[in-house]
Amino acid sequence: MIELIERIRTATGPLAIRAGGSKDWYGEATSGEVLDVSANRGIVSYEPGELVLTAKCGTPLAEIEALLGQNGQMLGFEPPRFTGSATLGGTLACGMSGPRRPYAGSARDFVLGMEILDGNGQYLKFGGQVMKNVAGYDVSRLMVGALGTLGVLLQASLKVLPRPQAELTLQFECDEAEAIRRTNEWAGKPLPLSATAWLSGVLSVRLSGAHSSVAAAHRKLGGEETAHGAEFWAGLRDHRAAFFHDDAPLWRLSLPSTAAPLDLPGRQLIAWGGAERWLKSDASAAEIRARAAAHGGHATLYAGDKGCGVFHPLPEALLKYQQRLKRQFDPRGILNPGRMYP
Amino acid sequence: MIANEAVRRLQAILPPHCLLLAREDLKPFETDGLTAYRNTPDAVALPETEEQLKQVLAACRETGTPVVFRGAGTGLSGGALPVDGAVLLAMTKFSRILAIDPLARTARVQPGVRNLAISEAAAQYGLYYAPDPSSQIACSIGGNVAENSGGVHCLKYGLTVHNVLALRALTIEGEELVIGEGALDIPGYDLLALMTGSEGMLAVILEITVKLLPKPERAQVILAAFDDVGKGGAAVGAIISGGVLPAGLEMMDRLAIEAAEAFVHAGYPLDAEAILLVEVDGTQEEVSEDVMRVRDILLAAGATEVRTAKDDAEQKRFWAGRKAAFPAVGRLSPDYYCMDGTIPRKTLPAVLTRIAELSREYALPVANVFHAGDGNLHPLILYDANQPGATEKAERLGADILELCVAHGGTITGEHGVGLEKIDQMCVQFAPAELEAFHGVKACFDPDGLLNPGKAVPTLHRCAEYGAMHVKGGALPFPELPRF
Repeated sequence: MIELIERIRTATGPLAIRAGGSKDWYGEATSGEVLDVSANRGIVSYEPGELVLTAKCGTPLAEIEALLGQNGQMLGFEPPRFTGSATLGGTLACGMSGPRRPYAGSARDFVLGMEILDGNGQYLKFGGQVMKNVAGYDVSRLMVGALGTLGVLLQASLKVLPRPQAELTLQFECDEAEAIRRTNEWAGKPLPLSATAWLSGVLSVRLSGAHSSVAAAHRKLGGEETAHGAEFWAGLRDHRAAFFHDDAPLWRLSLPSTAAPLDLPGRQLIAWGGAERWLKSDASAAEIRARAAAHGGHATLYAGDKGCGVFHPLPEALLKYQQRLKRQFDPRGILNPGRMYP
Repeated sequence: MIANEAVRRLQAILPPHCLLLAREDLKPFETDGLTAYRNTPDAVALPETEEQLKQVLAACRETGTPVVFRGAGTGLSGGALPVDGAVLLAMTKFSRILAIDPLARTARVQPGVRNLAISEAAAQYGLYYAPDPSSQIACSIGGNVAENSGGVHCLKYGLTVHNVLALRALTIEGEELVIGEGALDIPGYDLLALMTGSEGMLAVILEITVKLLPKPERAQVILAAFDDVGKGGAAVGAIISGGVLPAGLEMMDRLAIEAAEAFVHAGYPLDAEAILLVEVDGTQEEVSEDVMRVRDILLAAGATEVRTAKDDAEQKRFWAGRKAAFPAVGRLSPDYYCMDGTIPRKTLPAVLTRIAELSREYALPVANVFHAGDGNLHPLILYDANQPGATEKAERLGADILELCVAHGGTITGEHGVGLEKIDQMCVQFAPAELEAFHGVKACFDPDGLLNPGKAVPTLHRCAEYGAMHVKGGALPFPELPRF
């Protein structure tokens, strides 16, 4: 840490923060000297009975998940691991959550506390290791999804969850509109849903919980049980599924879950009970963004020509306050400048 | 006193029934839920429209008049305590539920809507709003957002921050911020998280979209008695590491049990040192399985008695005792002071032992009510404000308890907020650089420092003085506060 502090203090130009490099492709390009934070790794403490894990931010997700798995627990937000080198810090900086997110919560929801270095190399600690903590502004959660532009993430404490006893995946044939309607209706009923995905006329639904409860929900919902559920959800979670692998630009649209079918050219995978729509499309960025905004959401470019901007443009008022926050935490503008918004 | 120019401007903006200036009208607003602190406001504005609200904020900005926001006034940390020379801006008239979308499971509401009113309005769709602070019949959702309120079901269902999807807010600079519109995430920095729990220091909330959840098919309450508080604490850890995530997990110590039993006759065992109330919810099948698992774990953890509520009536009685714990303790003593620390659960025996020692040292009884699932401890200090010095003594004991929580890796406030009450303990929990960062965040939104000045984050100067005060001991905390 002392070395990191020194690097930041003495930096004369921009620094590009990097650990596992599994998400180098995400966000706007940033120039600058690489600040390698991967050596800052290791699980600091883990108390299964407290449901709390604290780790240094360069710790690979794989290491964290392995330890949790040995204790029958898991990361509730099911973060993507992509190539396998994803770290805790990168995951939180990108604020990415997987298929379980609408039913369990997002990356930021599970953050209890964070230690960071700000743009002056100053060590700051916010939140803690307890579930309930309202002392001071919620700066730990502000760091989630800020792409390292507000601080170098050093250490984080997370709430973890018990793993469900049983999981099973059901499949239904239906069109897009029907899939959106059904997943929303089911989410309003006391059913043990933990993920949904619609792709090419097939709606997949994952149930998680006690054996008897999953079985009872299966009886209520019907559908065909698939033996390949685990691979299917992992393929979606880590973007290894065939859907993600062709040359068409990949967009992620985050919308209210009940938003009507988008009627945009290309192919879609609808996850998160309708709230997350992956789109493979050559439609123009302007058209995609306008459609997302009209539905009360936003669109992010995951793969494709970044000339049109990666992130959804912010209204002027929001941008103003975000720029002030950036100046507050990084007055010299050296941490990942431009990675998020110019 | 508030500037005459500010009053003239307010009179031009608000109709007479929306502006209180006479002392007898202002008196009811002198305190919030923390009644030990009182300060009659100089002026109370009760705008009825967003346009009026915008103009009031503009007038305050232009005349350099501070603003303190107030919801239902049930807060327990003095967050809505009036500040000298400020306008107290009460949001009570923004009390409409604007829309409930049963398919999307959201409710869009104005900030003055009562917490429980949302669940009542959603009940016809089999939905409810999860966070349930004990003041939920009266507290407003705007106040819940300001304080990031919790309740007894946080371990499973989270705090306010986990249940808000979108906000519309107005800054003192007159900028309207639309933060989210109902999607599960928002572009840019997470201002939703930053605004939630910001205690009226950054902006005023105009509109809130909350998440609604399906009512669980079934909930079952189990009561377990222990002859030792430590065993009860260990049982909580065993339940959770055993793979059960209870909806509610509450613990009460002997004094709290006795008080609750005398008050509502909940049927609690009076020979126990501690009782645990465990609520499991979910589908029929899940609850049946979990009840068996929890029973086994409790017995293995040394419970002297385990009771499963036979029917709805008994279930309600079990909860009634817990929910009435504060007023019940209130009957034991003329006054009580409720603390709100959070600790890692495993440190419970050590923390309770030390609280008992402190209680003896200060000669003030302490009853402990504990949201055991999430580590949120509410020690209730019993005292008599009519005894000279007793209030100050209770405050000093409270401060010691909070600092004890910090020393054990916890925090000074789990769900009540810092407000004015715990502002000195912020100096113990945070380093100067962190407090400076908080002031910097505030300056981003409120450069002139007009919103709720003097609350939530102490100045470094104040912390230096607090340090000095500790050395001197016996000095009166909050010397600038008028006392009645």
